[in-house]
Amino acid sequence: MVYLAALAILLVSAFWRLDPLSFSVVHRLGLTNFQILWRESVYRKIAVRTVGISAGVTITDVLLAFPLAYYAARLAGSRLKAAILLSVTLPLWSSYLVRIYAWRLILDRQGLVNWTLHKLHLASVDISFTNWAIWIAFTYLWLPFVFFPIYASLERIPGSFLEASSDMGAKWPMTLRRVILPLALPGIVAGSIFSFSLTLGDYITPTTVGNTQFIGNVVYNNVLGVASNQPFGAAFALVPVAVMAIYLLAARRVGAFEAL
Amino acid sequence: METRGVRIFMRVTSVLVLAFLYVPLAVIFLYAFNSTVGQKWPPSALTTHWFGVAWRNTEVREALFTSVRAALGATVIALGLGSLAAFAVHRFKFFGREALSFVLVLPIALPGIITGLALNSAISSSGLSFSLLTIIVGHATFCVVVVYNNVIARLRRTPGSLVEASMDLGADGWQTFRYVIWPNLATALVAGGLLAFALSFDEVVVTIFTAGPQITLPIWIFNNLLRPTRLPQVNVVAMVVVLASFVPVYLAVRLTREPAPGRFPAEVVPKPQEQLAVASAAV
Repeated sequence: MVYLAALAILLVSAFWRLDPLSFSVVHRLGLTNFQILWRESVYRKIAVRTVGISAGVTITDVLLAFPLAYYAARLAGSRLKAAILLSVTLPLWSSYLVRIYAWRLILDRQGLVNWTLHKLHLASVDISFTNWAIWIAFTYLWLPFVFFPIYASLERIPGSFLEASSDMGAKWPMTLRRVILPLALPGIVAGSIFSFSLTLGDYITPTTVGNTQFIGNVVYNNVLGVASNQPFGAAFALVPVAVMAIYLLAARRVGAFEAL
Repeated sequence: METRGVRIFMRVTSVLVLAFLYVPLAVIFLYAFNSTVGQKWPPSALTTHWFGVAWRNTEVREALFTSVRAALGATVIALGLGSLAAFAVHRFKFFGREALSFVLVLPIALPGIITGLALNSAISSSGLSFSLLTIIVGHATFCVVVVYNNVIARLRRTPGSLVEASMDLGADGWQTFRYVIWPNLATALVAGGLLAFALSFDEVVVTIFTAGPQITLPIWIFNNLLRPTRLPQVNVVAMVVVLASFVPVYLAVRLTREPAPGRFPAEVVPKPQEQLAVASAAV
C-alpha cells in the first residue's frame, strides 16, 4: 500500500512544475515538463542514446545467450545442465555494482583487455569511458536475465519435433529456422524485455564505465542531485515507462507472455 | 538433428559465454590481492595486506555492520510478510487475491530507479527522516516477493492429501502445522531468507534513494570508485560482497532442489517470471 501510494505520487508529480523564481514546487497539473523535454534537443539526444544502446545491448545478449541456452537445453547431460544453470544463476544474484566495476578494471588502458591485445601483437584499444564500454558492461549485466527465458522456451520444444523435421529431410539450419526459432521466439522476446527495460532504467552504469548521460542520470540529478527539480525528473522517468509500454504491447503480439 | 559441426560450435560458444560471465569476477578476486595501489594487469605481486587495511578502516567496518543490519532487518520482515501472503494466497480465495500477487512483484519488476524514486518521495513527503529503518523498509519491499515465491512454490508442491491424512488421524490444526506442514516448509523458508539476504546485501540503487546519510557496503564502494588510492580496499570489499551473495544463493539452490536429479528450482531465478507477470498484467 505504501509502495503503491508512493508510485501514485510519483506519477502525479510529473505534471507539477517548479516555479522558476522561488524554486518551490507548484502543485498544479500541467504539461510544462513535457514541453521542455520536447523542446530541448539535449534531452531528445539523451533519450535517443538511451533507447539506442538498450536495443544494441538486447541484440548482443540474445546472440550470446541463445547458444548457451541451446547447449544447456538440448545437448548437455543432466549433471552438466544443472552446473550450467547454477553458474548462470550465481552472477544473476551477485552484486550489480561490483560487476560494473570489474569492467572498469578490465577495460582500463592498462587492464586485461589491452594486455591480451599486446600479447597477441595487436593494436591496443582505448574504450574505457566510451559508449562501447557502456554497451559491454550492460551486455554483461543482463546476460543471465536473457538466458533463462530462452532456456525455458528451448527446453519445452519436444525432441520429437526436431526428429520429425530431420526425418523429412531438413538439415539443421532449416530445422533451426523453421522449427526451433519460431518456437523459441516468445522466450527470446521475453528475455529481450529484461535487457531492454533494465538498460532503459539504469543510471549507474553510464557514469561508472562511460562518460555520457542516460535518462536515468537526468532523473537522478533532478531528484537527488544538483538540478533538484523533482517534477521534471518524474516526467522524464515516464519516458522509459512509455517506451516499455509500447515494447510490451509488441511483445504480447508474438505471445511472449504465454510462453512463461 | 545437430551435425557434429553444430555441436562443436554450440559447445565452444557456451564455453566462451561462460568465460565472459566469470572472467570479470575472477579479475576482481585477483585484484583484491594486488600489492600495488595502481590497478594494472597483471598484478606484479600478491598480498593479503589490503584485507587488513580494509578491516581496520572504521568507515568500511561501519558500512559492513549497517549492511548486515539492513539485510537482517529486511529478511525478517520479508520472512514474516512473505510467508503470510503465501499462506493466504494458497489457502484462501479472497477479494483482490490476484491483485495481491501483482502488487508483491511490482517493486522487483520495475527498474530500481522507479522504486527508489517512489520510496524517496514517499519518505520525504511523510516527514520521516532517512535512517537505517528506511533502508530496511525499502529493501523489504523487494525482498518480500522472494520469500513469497519460495514458500508458495513449496506449498503448491506439498500434496493436500498429507494434511487430510494428518487430520484424519486425529491431529488438530496446530499439530498438523507442527508435524506435517512445518517440516516440509522449513527449507523453503531458509532458502527464501537466504535469497532475500543476498538481494538486500548487494542492493545499491534503492539504497541510494532511501539511505540518507547512512552508508552500506555497496554505497561505500560507489562513493570510493573515483578515489584512486582507495581502489585496493574497494577490490577487497567488492570480493567480500560477491562472496556474500554466492554462498547464500548456492545454499538456496541446494535447499530448493527437487528430489529428482537435475531438476533446477525455478524459484531461485525469480526475476524473469515476475517481470513477465507484471508486464502481462500491465498491458
